[in-house]
Amino acid sequence: MDDFLAARSQMALSLGFHIIFSCIGMVMPFFMAVSHYKWLKTNDEVYKNLTKAWSKGVAIFFATGAVSGTMLSFELGLLWPKFMEHAGPIFGMPFSLEGTAFFIEAIALGFFLYGWNKLNKWFHWFTGMVVGVSGLASGILVVAANAWMNSPAGFDFVNGQYLNVDPIQAMFNKAWFSQALHMCLAAFTATGFAVAGVHALMILRNQNKEFHLKAFKIAAVFACIGALLQPLSGDISAKDVAKRQPAKLAAMEALYKTEKPASLLIGGIVNEKDKTVKGAIKIPRALSFLAHGDFEAEVKGLDKIPEDEHPPVAITHYAFQIMVGIGTLLALISLIYFVNLIRKKPLVEKRWLLKLFVLAIPLGYLALEAGWVVTEVGRQPWIIYGVMRTKDAVTPMPGIAYSFYIFSAIYFSLSIVVTFLLYRQIKMVPVLYNDKSIVKTN
Amino acid sequence: MEYVVITFLCLGILLYFLLGGADFGAGIIELFTSANNRSKTRKTMYQAIGPVWEANHMWLIIAIVILFVGFPRIYTTMSVYLHIPLLIMLIGIIARGTAFVFRHYDAIKDDMHWLYNRIFRYSSFITPLFLGIIAGSLISGHIDTNAKDFSSAYIYSWLNWFSVSVGLFTVALCGFLAAIYLIGETTEAYDKRRFIKKAEYMNIAAVVFGAMVFIAAQLDNIPLTDWVFKNPVGLSAIVLASLSLILLWYLLIKGKTQVLRILAGFQVTMILLAISYAHFPNFIRLKNGNAISLFEAIGPEKTIYSLGLALLLGSVLILPFLGYLFYKFQKKEE
Ligand code: HDD
Ligand code: HEM
Ligand code: HEM
Repeated sequence: MDDFLAARSQMALSLGFHIIFSCIGMVMPFFMAVSHYKWLKTNDEVYKNLTKAWSKGVAIFFATGAVSGTMLSFELGLLWPKFMEHAGPIFGMPFSLEGTAFFIEAIALGFFLYGWNKLNKWFHWFTGMVVGVSGLASGILVVAANAWMNSPAGFDFVNGQYLNVDPIQAMFNKAWFSQALHMCLAAFTATGFAVAGVHALMILRNQNKEFHLKAFKIAAVFACIGALLQPLSGDISAKDVAKRQPAKLAAMEALYKTEKPASLLIGGIVNEKDKTVKGAIKIPRALSFLAHGDFEAEVKGLDKIPEDEHPPVAITHYAFQIMVGIGTLLALISLIYFVNLIRKKPLVEKRWLLKLFVLAIPLGYLALEAGWVVTEVGRQPWIIYGVMRTKDAVTPMPGIAYSFYIFSAIYFSLSIVVTFLLYRQIKMVPVLYNDKSIVKTN
Repeated sequence: MEYVVITFLCLGILLYFLLGGADFGAGIIELFTSANNRSKTRKTMYQAIGPVWEANHMWLIIAIVILFVGFPRIYTTMSVYLHIPLLIMLIGIIARGTAFVFRHYDAIKDDMHWLYNRIFRYSSFITPLFLGIIAGSLISGHIDTNAKDFSSAYIYSWLNWFSVSVGLFTVALCGFLAAIYLIGETTEAYDKRRFIKKAEYMNIAAVVFGAMVFIAAQLDNIPLTDWVFKNPVGLSAIVLASLSLILLWYLLIKGKTQVLRILAGFQVTMILLAISYAHFPNFIRLKNGNAISLFEAIGPEKTIYSLGLALLLGSVLILPFLGYLFYKFQKKEE
């Protein structure tokens, strides 16, 4: 494996791994806060047990998220020193604020996990909320850093020099809002569906029904609101991309030739050599509308972009199809769920709906990873869009392939252990939380 | 503002060394505890560092973020030439952090614990070892930006007697800090005595490895003795550290835990000060005789200004909260 490819793969792997844990870290505290709140209000022990059961899962995920994040903050330099040398001072603002947010999050988590029976109960609840809010804030901040790579701002690039650096302007670049909004919704959707699905599975198996039903409801409501808003926010993102990164949009849609009006391609097999797409469903004028809000508008194809600035088309296109496909499916499930909820039909009778949720366990995360592939691969060959190429940023040290293998092995084993631990936590639910007596912590 | 940023950088490194160090040390202590006392040590340790380890760990992240935002050339030079030790240290951090949490939260206690414990102990040793190696390499002058071949650019930059001695010295200091910390965390007289013994051994180890650092510096032509002894601040720091050592042994025998902690922290701070003061603000010494100084590598003005502001604002938000965390979980349960 050549070093450049290895560096890119290692970066993608680490980010793809970290994002799962960070989303859980961002979202679960809110689920816990709801359940915790219900316990404080109703004194129903089930909610207390649920909060505790969830918080143990979160502690496992949080630690994994924290170490993989630490890894990332070194990896940016280990793999892309030339990039960091110039970009660090420019896009560093969100990272330094993020440091603050993480810190608060870590402290609040310490209080929350170890504060049972030690703190005033509302203060305890409040620390849980702080975990969630600061987690969400740090997520938004990192995404603002990533958005800067897509839409550089806050400096003047003159003769290879980065002058007049303004980190605040860099943080509020053109892409940050659409990306941060879409990302936050994605975190709620993905985590919500995963959690709801696991509890749906337990309901189907008739285990601790009361416990799992309550858990399912909390997670499902968050997930479904997220999933219904996601296509709207995705539309904002797409219009944004059309304006600022036409090459990415063209790759997402596998649009080799500029069209006016442009039709939307769904699916299809991309042939990068002949620059053709076979077997796709064509919807006339739809792309013009989606990209520019006008059925007659022209959409720039890859033919208008210099060959050496083309992103990999096939990967970007497939990833986009996966994301949108799943997004549509999840939005449908959510619609059914809400209709069901409004009609006050008891959920347990609708086994097929529960089965749909079980099916959706991995889907949200799949869409999320696919979405990041669209954003990141679609930005290639640039590491800072239009300013610095990825291949100019890579470390001069040879042998990165080995470090890639090592990290693949580490992430692989960590995933296995985390899955295994979670499986054990869930298996222990009947033992730990069956009776309504006070459950011992620690 | 640049002074604010530099102060926070130094503070971050120092606190990571003290708090994170005690945290690593706890694993080292466990490594060197006989098998029948291990589970007790583990329990004491969990109560002591469980609530705070995540926060301790943050100092490293703060330091690294300050480096890459404020001093990009230092960050990238480190990343390129010390790639390998950084990588090993990271693997250590990953293994340690996850093993620590996994072993506590595994709902079923069985053979898996054998594995978690193993990983936790060994990575607790390896991580500070390489942390020390990295620190040593930065000032050793072995980093060669003109190197032509792989080994002199990426291996000998850190694999030399001086760096390795600093690494071992670091391990001993961490163990020492942890033992002192743990003395105050246990109520049983037997355990107290055990941790006191450990503190004594670790202290002896630190003195031995400390001597080794000086010898290696001599052999490597690193003017460490000049830095420490020919500089009033360095000299007084080392004298204070030595004096406090005597007091420390006295207190150890008496078992006065609160003062001990402060004193141990003070001692380590003095040692760091002695080593780093003389060549401040130079952060990295290069093979060709030049050095990269903090003031020279500093980022653009606006960046430093907003970074400093963010740090000040952050500490107003964080410090009271953090203090309360330590306070709240200091009080032992009966
Ligand atoms: C649960 C996950 C999920 C779901 C269901 C969707 N997305 Fe998404 N999408 C993401 C998760 C995601 C993401 C992983 O969060 C990305 C990557 C970067 C970002 O900001 O969000 C993303 C990026 C992203 C981008 C690129 C933004 C950029 O590069 O700046 C576009 C155009 C869309 N999405 C559009 C959509 C549309 C039209 C959807 C319709 C259903 C959709 N997404 C569903
Ligand atoms: C967590 C969500 C993210 C995921 C899943 C992700 C995914 C990826 C992928 C797949 C690549 C490889 C692209 C290629 O080489 O073709 C990549 C590259 C990269 N990403 Fe991201 N990314 C994420 C967020 C971020 C953020 C927040 C940053 C930084 C602030 C970032 C910085 C980079 C860098 C520096 C590279 C390497 C250079 C490049 O290939 O362009 N990414 N990422
Ligand atoms: C879009 C991408 C990202 C998102 C949404 C995100 C979000 C988060 C969140 C919410 C956490 C808290 C830990 C948890 O709750 O599990 C976290 C941890 C962390 N992340 Fe990320 N992150 C992203 C990418 C990155 C990148 C690119 C870096 C490095 C430059 C990074 C550095 C860190 C660090 C250092 C931590 C550990 C902090 C701690 O100990 O609490 N993250 N991330």
